[in-house]
Amino acid sequence: MTSGTGRIVPDRTVRNRTKIALGRRDPVSSALLDVLGLTKSFDGVVALADGRFRLEAGTVHALCGGNGAGKSTFLSIVMGIQPRDSGTIAVAGKPVAFTHPSQALAAGIAIIEQELSPVLDLTVAENIFLGREPVAAFGRIDFAAMRRDAERLLRQLGFAIDPGAVMRTLSIGQMQLVEIAKALSHDAQIIIMDEPTSALGETEVGQLYAAVKRLRDAGKGIVYVSHRLTEILELADHYTVFRDGRYVSSGRVAEIDRAGLIGMIVGRALSEEYVKTNVPGEAIRLAVDGLSLPGTLSDISFTVRAGEIVGFYGLLGAGRTELMECLFGLQRGWTGRMTVDSVPVRAASPRAAMDAGLALVTEDRKQSGLVLTSSVRENLSLAMLPALSPRGVMDRKREAGAAVEAIRRFGIRTATDRLAVGSLSGGNQQKVVIGRFDMTTPKVFLFDEPTFFFYVWAKSEIYSIMSEFASKGGAVVMVSGEAEEILGMCDRIVVMRQGRVAAILERGQADQQTMLHLAA
Amino acid sequence: MSAGSIGTGRRMAGARVAVEYMKRYGIVTAFFALCIVLSLVSDYFLSVGNIVNVLRQTSINGVLAIGMTFVILTRGIDLSVGSVAALAGIVATSFATRSTIAGIPGAPYPALLAIAVGLLVGLASGGVSGGIVTRFRVPPFVVTLGMLSIARGLTLLYAGGRPIPDLTPQFRWIGTSEVFGVPLPILVLAVVFAVAWWVLGYTRFGRQVYATGGNPRAATSSGINVSRVRLLVYLISGGLAGLAGIMLAARTGSGLTQAGISYELDAIAAVVIGGTSLSGGVGGVTGTLFGALIIGVMNNGLDLLGVDSNYQQIFKGLMIVGAVMLDSARRGEAH
Repeated sequence: MTSGTGRIVPDRTVRNRTKIALGRRDPVSSALLDVLGLTKSFDGVVALADGRFRLEAGTVHALCGGNGAGKSTFLSIVMGIQPRDSGTIAVAGKPVAFTHPSQALAAGIAIIEQELSPVLDLTVAENIFLGREPVAAFGRIDFAAMRRDAERLLRQLGFAIDPGAVMRTLSIGQMQLVEIAKALSHDAQIIIMDEPTSALGETEVGQLYAAVKRLRDAGKGIVYVSHRLTEILELADHYTVFRDGRYVSSGRVAEIDRAGLIGMIVGRALSEEYVKTNVPGEAIRLAVDGLSLPGTLSDISFTVRAGEIVGFYGLLGAGRTELMECLFGLQRGWTGRMTVDSVPVRAASPRAAMDAGLALVTEDRKQSGLVLTSSVRENLSLAMLPALSPRGVMDRKREAGAAVEAIRRFGIRTATDRLAVGSLSGGNQQKVVIGRFDMTTPKVFLFDEPTFFFYVWAKSEIYSIMSEFASKGGAVVMVSGEAEEILGMCDRIVVMRQGRVAAILERGQADQQTMLHLAA
Repeated sequence: MSAGSIGTGRRMAGARVAVEYMKRYGIVTAFFALCIVLSLVSDYFLSVGNIVNVLRQTSINGVLAIGMTFVILTRGIDLSVGSVAALAGIVATSFATRSTIAGIPGAPYPALLAIAVGLLVGLASGGVSGGIVTRFRVPPFVVTLGMLSIARGLTLLYAGGRPIPDLTPQFRWIGTSEVFGVPLPILVLAVVFAVAWWVLGYTRFGRQVYATGGNPRAATSSGINVSRVRLLVYLISGGLAGLAGIMLAARTGSGLTQAGISYELDAIAAVVIGGTSLSGGVGGVTGTLFGALIIGVMNNGLDLLGVDSNYQQIFKGLMIVGAVMLDSARRGEAH
């Protein structure tokens, strides 16, 4: 393996923002991180065929690609979690070969991972300095100094979090900010952020953006991985696109647009993002009147007509998920009235809710949607077990037939229905959950964050399923924290704030500002 | 450079094929390999008498382990099976004894009634454990650890600490009779296994068990009453523990207060060696049957070879850890 890889890179990168680095470093190897020709295969299956990435100091560089593009493999090799098959990695011009993430950290590369791992019963400060607490005499932990350092760090980053607060009392979004602060406390030159906004509410996203910009202006290099293209276009200076394990292209974000970026990621042009073909009818399918859940929801009333898609927008903690759980019999102790096709429904369990014509695709498909240890077929038939097992014995032929039918109808990409559902891509997993509930022939389909974490093309497949269901006379409820998709898909929008309905807006009269204003 | 990495790749592929093979047929292969080795070193091992002997010794652990499989498939554990077996055995024998020591008026009763009473005791114990697990959300480990102690205490209280002797011949027949030369306990195990295999693979309840263990939240939101499934698996485990207790008492010819001590460990070992995952949702009774057989054959083989019986414990321990290591490696692959 040779070093000095910088000269091989076609130098199309911009220099105007890299003054800090250029002042100190030899121009040839000025990149903070320079990766070339990285390859990795698992048992002959190529996960990464040609990984290239060049990160300049003082820039935010988006790493883009769909599922299976090789981003995760790339990052895990850079961080020393997995060995590479070939290729070179240079940090600040010096070739490196980490064998453990701690070595990467020591060399100034910090990663903020998607999954949170906070210690819930320790304070914010204790979490930030976990394992490297400042010590005073006799090995005693210097809590005062720790708290002081944490406070300074949080203030520098502009995160409004009390360092003395116990982690458990924070919102998920705040916890994510603490994790970010923790990663940054190592004073790394290169900061990798893997889907950092996935758990954040709007306020926290603002705080994160400000922090990213501050880090960039301080001369750090930030590798930003996100499936939200809007974020990339807003925040990043450069982009690099991987597809099918290969480097596709890179350049300045200022020189591309959304469609162009999608084209590079998908490898083809995407015709339409929001597939909306339904037209609302007159008949009211779902009516909810004065629904309250002590401590969470109060006096929620709304209707959904046949053929209509109604969106529920709100910040984290507005009570949208709890509302769906009430409707679907997953919450006890609520009061109020609810009818489906004018028939009063009071679902005490999901089974009763399904019998009344309701279906719910829950928020987190891995946590509450899929049985990952079971096959695609077993997952598809899960809600239909009583009908598929007369007198308790499974009718395996009918089950197999139903599974094949659902795979065909929803275009689920799987080799066979006996495959483990965990081996499918996220979008296809979601279609398995939708197919499962579609088998129960619901009248009202509730979707809680149905496209969370998906790229645009996987999203539009889900949108078209929702549209199709509505155009056949079904009623659709869609919960989402993404204002754009709510605006793109919904006929009416219910904005929730702190467990109440803040407003119900008609399509056309709503815009992003109004919605955010009402929700906050 | 590249030669080395290709070599590594090939080794890894080989390892994965091996893991994949072990996942499917590992337990069966290990069982037959063990049998071949033992038949080579001992002429007696493959004799009909010895085979029947091994199967008979395996029958009680096999029945307990099959009940345990249901519980572990739902992410639970039942530590009480040994004590519950003893309690069921002592209560059943008190109805089947000709001695007055147990003080049941009118005893001895017909064997079928004694058996029914023993099974009821097992079901009741399982029902109490399952009820507490589901209703009060206490971890199964704690609930069944408590039941382990409670059932043992009840056993001692019930019999006043003494064994119950002098059982009716009809009751003892369960442990001693043969059908076409096959001892009845072996047939009982065969029937229990066949029913359990069918229930897990071919019925709605079987699907509900796997779904509950694989992801209880997904099972709930798909309309499965997870609490009911959990209650039922503890009932099954308790009922089968009762059955095992009756088999044990019939074989030893008396109700013993010290019966079944630490049997839960062998049952769990059989389940784990058989490849059922302690994190639920994966496995089945076929593996468990072979797991129980491996333990039985190994104990028998070491006996035949005259190996100190304490080594049996060590080998069993190594097998348990090895089986779980294999399970972890397998799940690591999936990631």
